[in-house]
Amino acid sequence: MKFFGRFAAIRGISGSFAPGRLYVVLGDNGAGKSTLLRMVAGLMEPSQGTFTLLGTNNHREVAHRVGYMGHAPLLYDELSGMENLRYFAGLYGLNDDDVCRKAMQMVGLDPDLSRRIGQYSQGMRQRLSLARAVLHDPELILLDEPFSNVDMHSAREMAAVLGRIRDKGKTIFVVTHQAALMEGVADEFVHMAAGQVVAREEVVRKAAIPNAEWTPR
Amino acid sequence: MTTLGVTRTTLLKDLRMEWRSKDAINSMLFFALLVVVIFSFAFNPTAEESRRIAGGLIWVAFLFAAVVALNQTWARELRNQVLDAYRVSPAPPNALFLAKAIGNFFFVVVLEALMAPLFVVFYDLRSVGPVWQLIVVALLGTWALVVNGTFFAALSIRTRSREIMLPLILFPISIPALLAMVDATTSILTGEASPDFWIKMLAVYDVVFTAVCLLLFESVLNAE
Amino acid sequence: MKSLFIAFVVFTLGLLAFSTYQALFVAPTEQTMGEVQRIFYYHVPSAWTAGVCFFVNFLASVVYLWKRNLASDALAAASAEVGVTFCTIVLITGPIWARPVWGIWWTWDARLTTTLVLWLIYVSYLVLRRFSAGGQTQVLAAALAIFGFVDVPIVYMSIRWFRTQHPSPVMGGGENSGLDPAMLHAFFWNLLAFTCVGIVLMAVRYRLQMLEETVEATHAAAALQGGAQ
Repeated sequence: MKFFGRFAAIRGISGSFAPGRLYVVLGDNGAGKSTLLRMVAGLMEPSQGTFTLLGTNNHREVAHRVGYMGHAPLLYDELSGMENLRYFAGLYGLNDDDVCRKAMQMVGLDPDLSRRIGQYSQGMRQRLSLARAVLHDPELILLDEPFSNVDMHSAREMAAVLGRIRDKGKTIFVVTHQAALMEGVADEFVHMAAGQVVAREEVVRKAAIPNAEWTPR
Repeated sequence: MTTLGVTRTTLLKDLRMEWRSKDAINSMLFFALLVVVIFSFAFNPTAEESRRIAGGLIWVAFLFAAVVALNQTWARELRNQVLDAYRVSPAPPNALFLAKAIGNFFFVVVLEALMAPLFVVFYDLRSVGPVWQLIVVALLGTWALVVNGTFFAALSIRTRSREIMLPLILFPISIPALLAMVDATTSILTGEASPDFWIKMLAVYDVVFTAVCLLLFESVLNAE
Repeated sequence: MKSLFIAFVVFTLGLLAFSTYQALFVAPTEQTMGEVQRIFYYHVPSAWTAGVCFFVNFLASVVYLWKRNLASDALAAASAEVGVTFCTIVLITGPIWARPVWGIWWTWDARLTTTLVLWLIYVSYLVLRRFSAGGQTQVLAAALAIFGFVDVPIVYMSIRWFRTQHPSPVMGGGENSGLDPAMLHAFFWNLLAFTCVGIVLMAVRYRLQMLEETVEATHAAAALQGGAQ
């Protein structure tokens, strides 16, 4: 449970989510989607009750296995793309430029661009934010409104990238208002309202590789 | 990804960013200069008198200038909510604190080094006591201000009226350190007393409050 | 519980009445200072009570950071407010006493300055509580409270030293030294009375704070039931 003043943002979420799937979390504004994501990311503690992630209550233990992309860019405007990534890689103990370069290339950005990201377009910034979130090869990736204010082309590319990441066996949660964008890659739509999960919808994708591990709910 | 490693990376990043924008340094410098000039008009001492009051004037000027820098360094982390990215990572919170504190220390010391000659000129200062003692007092005193200042800046950045909040909570707690700095500086300049007790007191203050800051920083960082 | 508290309040009021009577009528007039000296019976107990309150605040803040429970935060808030109130009384009664007796309103000696700094620190604590948003308030305030309390002995020591270097008129030298036994009597009654008043005020304020929090929680729970926001 998470209270903000008088407002209960989350009231009792329980349920199991299988790994290696891409979940799209939908709901109206105020349904508690962002709050939930922030709690999973370890940015918020529940006001009541406990929260366990990857087998532990202590977020710092598993932080290297979680990647988070917030609503805001979570990047330094004054630094270039590579400089940003190098810094964040350092926080995870990665001192390899190669990892940063590959991450930038994966999201379709040029690692040699020395421009400050303050001068990037929104699409480029969001892509870099995604690169930052997956830099350390986390098992669980959380994205909060990754497509907001992003041009169609970038958004579609990002959705495809997420699909590819999921195909490597990672678990992904995406909060977004643009369900249509995710239809091609999502495994399940999770609907939230008033701080609870109210419905879950399996998505039958026209997947090239049928996944034998799907279990109907 | 040890504490030391993260501290180093963060510090270098901050220095690089500051070098590019020069936000903090410029505003600090200008503000300190203004204070010096205004004080020169307000107090117009003879050379003999100036040795007595210079200690107080200098440290008040540095205190106000330091507050400007302290707010800036955390403001940078709140833009684009980039602090979240740090909190989500496994990097230890104390590394962030140390990086910010050391960065602030560096800026304020640079400021002092630039302003000191100005003070000497404006007030026609000549120290009776040894200058190296002045430097020790300056370093210990600056750390006293900066360590608490960095902590309280992190506190106040989440409040309304954050600009006024920082001096409001910082100044009362810093009073003993300020007293020590001012009196020690005056003692050295006039050569009338030994600053030894003050230097020891500043050292104790530094150790105690650095420990308290490191103990409490994680709670403050994660308060949401 | 409640009737016990009311009994205690009645007891405190009675005690206060008795001690006031002692202070104003029974205790002998001081030979050099005259009637004005009677302020002493309010000045020193207030200082003592303020000290107790701030100590409670320190403990409550530490407990809060450790246990994160509402009760300790409420106690911290309550004790700070009551402490500041008593500290204000000290700072006002002091000069009122000093002026006719020693001819000056104020001096920067160790005791006075420390009291002033104490007042400043805890007022800044109250301002922080007022100005910070939502769930963070408690943690931030608790952190500040710990800093403040740790600082106080350092403040005292540094000003003591400052004053041995730069002596200034000594005020109140002899408040507790050589007190006439009859005066001591009145003094202790007032000390007890003020401590009890402090406890009553803290308890009431604590209850008020807890009630506020309960109202908030009830609203939240209602939101839970109704699903409304």
